[in-house]
Amino acid sequence: MNSNWHRRLLAAHTALVYLFLYAPIAILVVFSFNAARQTAFWEGFTLDWYRRLLGNALLFRSVRNSLVVAGITTAVAVLLGTPAALALARHEFRGKRATQALLYLPVIIPEVVLGAALVTFFGAVELRLSLWTVVIAHVVFSVSYVAIVVRARLAGLDPSLEEAARDLGAGPVETFRRVTLPLAAPGIVASALLVFTLSIDDYVITSFVAGVGATTLPLHIYSMLKVGVTPEVNAVSTLLLAGTVVLIVVAHRLLSSETGDPK
Amino acid sequence: MSASLNPSVEIQNVTKRFGDVAAVDGVSLSIAPGEFFALLGPSGCGKTTLLRLIAGFEEPDAGTIRIQGSDVTRVPPHRRPVNMVFQHYALFPHLTVEENVAFGMRYKDLPRTGQAARVAEALALVRLTGYEKRRSDQLSGGQRQRVALARALVLGPQVLLLDEPLAALDPNLRKEVQVELKSLQRSLGITFVFVTHDRQEALAMSDRIAVMNGGKVEQVGSPVQVFEAPETEFVARFLGATNVFTAEVRRQEDGLLSLQLPDGTEFSIPDPGPPRLRREPLRFVVRPEKLALRAVPVPSEISLAVTVEDRVYHGASTEWTVRDARGERYAVFAQNAGLAGDALPFSPGSPAFLGWDARHSVMLRES
Amino acid sequence: MRRSGRSAYPLLLPTWLVLGIFFLVPLFLMLAVSFAERGTYGGIKPVGDLGAYVRSGEFLGNYARSLGGIYLKIGWRSLWMAVLTTVLCLAVSFPIAYYLALLAPRRWKGLLLGLVVVPFWTSFLIRTYAWMFILRTEGLINLVLLGTGLFHHPLEILYTQTAVMIGLVYGELPFMILPLYASLEKLDRSLLEAASDLGAGSSQRLWRVTVPLSMPGIVAGTVLVFIPSLGQFVVSDLLGGARGMLLGNLIQNQFAVARNKPFGSALAFELTAAVLLLLVAYAVYARRRGGEELL
Repeated sequence: MNSNWHRRLLAAHTALVYLFLYAPIAILVVFSFNAARQTAFWEGFTLDWYRRLLGNALLFRSVRNSLVVAGITTAVAVLLGTPAALALARHEFRGKRATQALLYLPVIIPEVVLGAALVTFFGAVELRLSLWTVVIAHVVFSVSYVAIVVRARLAGLDPSLEEAARDLGAGPVETFRRVTLPLAAPGIVASALLVFTLSIDDYVITSFVAGVGATTLPLHIYSMLKVGVTPEVNAVSTLLLAGTVVLIVVAHRLLSSETGDPK
Repeated sequence: MSASLNPSVEIQNVTKRFGDVAAVDGVSLSIAPGEFFALLGPSGCGKTTLLRLIAGFEEPDAGTIRIQGSDVTRVPPHRRPVNMVFQHYALFPHLTVEENVAFGMRYKDLPRTGQAARVAEALALVRLTGYEKRRSDQLSGGQRQRVALARALVLGPQVLLLDEPLAALDPNLRKEVQVELKSLQRSLGITFVFVTHDRQEALAMSDRIAVMNGGKVEQVGSPVQVFEAPETEFVARFLGATNVFTAEVRRQEDGLLSLQLPDGTEFSIPDPGPPRLRREPLRFVVRPEKLALRAVPVPSEISLAVTVEDRVYHGASTEWTVRDARGERYAVFAQNAGLAGDALPFSPGSPAFLGWDARHSVMLRES
Repeated sequence: MRRSGRSAYPLLLPTWLVLGIFFLVPLFLMLAVSFAERGTYGGIKPVGDLGAYVRSGEFLGNYARSLGGIYLKIGWRSLWMAVLTTVLCLAVSFPIAYYLALLAPRRWKGLLLGLVVVPFWTSFLIRTYAWMFILRTEGLINLVLLGTGLFHHPLEILYTQTAVMIGLVYGELPFMILPLYASLEKLDRSLLEAASDLGAGSSQRLWRVTVPLSMPGIVAGTVLVFIPSLGQFVVSDLLGGARGMLLGNLIQNQFAVARNKPFGSALAFELTAAVLLLLVAYAVYARRRGGEELL
């Protein structure tokens, strides 16, 4: 048997893929502390680039814009998507297949197309591009993600739990409040985090529909990139990555401490 | 007095369709207070749908359902005076044992103060004192079942519905739980409506059994009635009486029915049944344990010449498969009480006689 | 509980409205615009006589234009890049998914899988930028290559098709690994043992048992990688520059720079049609397979 040899080869390949996935990010982080401005030579440790970011008012505005957009988008998407998920998971109705297709479409359609369609639409209805048009665009794809994720969570729940609540005397509203909602909560939280990150991260669609003064963080970073690779970009990237890591850890904590979710 | 006049559950001509399929098809049943009533049948026979109709999870397309005299046909599940133990128990995974049991308390008009005591009492009843703070994933199958039971019983229902409550338990535990459930029902004195596909379970626990098939009730009766005197071929076969004979009516007089088997054998049985036509074909069953294999015919018995085809030795008993001249197969279930020495009396291929007491021929109604 | 259909509609109404107004209407509007002509100042030229316009066939002008010259070339390049990205991702992902699903030590599995998922959550923009940083003329790769003394001039990798390829594979890899892992995970190991028992060698086991059984994952991964690659904008813009223009960049260019919305809309519709065609093919495959949909 040469299975040991196979196993090692596969393990080595796996290690290389992880290196491929993570080395570029690691390099970025390391070089955000490099004193050299132009080259990739290491010229000593510095926090200069971070200090410079502190003075960058445009950057802070873009961060604020992004947070506002992502916050509103997430709230709206959860409020719209959760009932839709509930309808899809628990009801049989005419037009169910069409509704499912409608929900998958914004996720699957190329971002460029969605952005182009929306900017055409906003132009036609003479809606001036602003931060609000960005929110609308983000809600369009976010609703789908919420509906899909929450629905998957609900589909995994035994429907007899809700029946048991009814049987024990809880009316429809009480059943939703005391059984459906707590059990769907991990799905709702997960989808909210997902949608929040997608919104914070979106460049392509936003670039089509953002109005003057509605520069979000990705738009700002993109314009920095277009000007040229600078250590400041490394520093911004590192901060964003750190934020993501915090978000992932929080999400993981929240979701794994969720009760009643036997692994 | 009036309570005993009202059936606990009364189902009249209830039909429930899913698409083109009638899951429950014109069923009428009346279940008495304090009765342990089983709905027995294979999967897809409509027994679970019928239970869900009583619980209120489904609305019938036709017919009425009364619980303790009041029409609940259009009453939503949370306003019905029945509680249910679900097949997989449906314990709320986000709540503790105690919280599960207390779940329905707030919808009852009860003083708040008494609630904790009642929860404790219900847990004591199912011997789960000390498990209050556990979550359902920290319980064994048997414990979960008992929590489900306590959660339903704490609300003091007059009717408890149980959907295959033993199916998810391991077989060793099942016998034990059967006895427990039965004695619990006796001591509480409430009505149990119990869905099962397991005939042994139904026979061992119930006061009465409704055998269902294809959305219809084939027969309702005590365990002994449905077992010993099945009315239809389906009931007979479902309860293991697989030997179906065909005969022709010769005469019917003085409460005696004379029949002729295809091989010419004639015999008479007492038959208070409906008038029969001469030469009318009739079918009857004889349970395998009521058949005997003989080397020579016994005069007091009906005898049929057969050939032994196969045998399975179970130790305490032997199961024989025999075939008559027309190729029909019959099963014979013989206790090995008389067996001595080292050989079974017949071997495959040997001729024998199938004998049975005429009284054990149970006439079937064509369903 | 089987609930009556009518009570589902209030739950869905807000979503229907939002997606109807801000998704379907814009798409149909864009479809309409794609049949129009560009106006003098970047708007849409009004059509005088609709009947005549349709009869003359002019309404298909944008589509006709997109099928010629440089545009056709960009279209083919996009398709080719997407195919290549998918194939490369599949080739790289299958062994790692196989290792994770069947060979990895149990206690490492969660962590290793988590590390595949993390890129989903990190900024795509920044992950692409990382390659800009590495591949540019003064970047790390060139630094190392020059340092070895084997090269005397820096390699120009950034702003080439190679760079775009690297970026695409890098960005889409997790989308291939996860569905492959999901279907390999379900693979019953005793099937592989049975195959050995029946005399199959290791490569026969792979081709006759493992690959056919992981087909749902392969197909799902292919769809998940191919679609975003085909409509890619960021990677080709940042790593490909002017030479790496793909369909996504061309469309964006028509809206943002060339101010030719009708032509851009026509291109966007061609891209959408290609994506939908692929999805329909996938749906047919999934239904014939009778399995769960992986999307």
